[in-house]
Amino acid sequence: MEIPALAQYERALKFRAQRNEVLSSNIANADTPNYKARDLDFGQALKGARQQSIGLTQTSDLHKQAWGMTRQGAQTMYRVPTQPSLDGNTVSTDVEQAQFAENALQYRASLAFLDGSIRTLRMAIKGGE
Amino acid sequence: MGLFNVFDVAGSAMNAQSLRMNVTASNLANAGSVSGDPEKVYRAKQPVFSTFTQSLAEQGGVAGVRVDGIVDSGAPLQLRYQPDHPEADADGNVYATNVNTVEEMVNMMSASRSYKNNVEMINTTKDLLLQTLSLGR
Repeated sequence: MEIPALAQYERALKFRAQRNEVLSSNIANADTPNYKARDLDFGQALKGARQQSIGLTQTSDLHKQAWGMTRQGAQTMYRVPTQPSLDGNTVSTDVEQAQFAENALQYRASLAFLDGSIRTLRMAIKGGE
Repeated sequence: MGLFNVFDVAGSAMNAQSLRMNVTASNLANAGSVSGDPEKVYRAKQPVFSTFTQSLAEQGGVAGVRVDGIVDSGAPLQLRYQPDHPEADADGNVYATNVNTVEEMVNMMSASRSYKNNVEMINTTKDLLLQTLSLGR
């Protein structure tokens, strides 16, 4: 069963895990001839998720619909090379490392939000203990 | 769970880079070798990397590294006139290997940097997974 309050973080984590994979492939292939660096587009993932509500119950007109993030919306795209090299490889290790670090931080952030939600739920279940 | 694939990807890259280090070590060790027979001279070796994917659509852009093979360098051998050399041929020439020491040193540094990058990647991903495991505690 999917708990709506947790679902958005779960989807965000999924997206971050997926992006972590793609970025690690880039760093791993930093010396492979003809390898083209790839990335996932966060904006696109969010847009794709807009069509997919996470199903919170709206009991008032003032309530806003909540949206989650999915992999379906995010396409793997080739990165525009900043410094193309002779062997056809388009990985800039520094760019990829920065993106990797940023993505890991975002993963940790999503994890912290999810952790907070779980704590809140547990507190509610235990009656504020 | 997607994060586990990172270990495979980084592992394949580390394997490729350590092989590159081995090849470099072998080249540097043979940097001074000479022979009277051009066929027998040690030629610099280079590994050839390629991207390894099971299925791009299925894996969503996840790709490891594979070593396709090790090729001999086609750079010309150095011909030296050294009639007193025990290996010298009938004309008094010896052939020196085509290993370029500077190139090999650069190769070695590049391989070790790439290797370290992959180790860092594994460490970060391991941290993320461990944090995920301790979720809600």
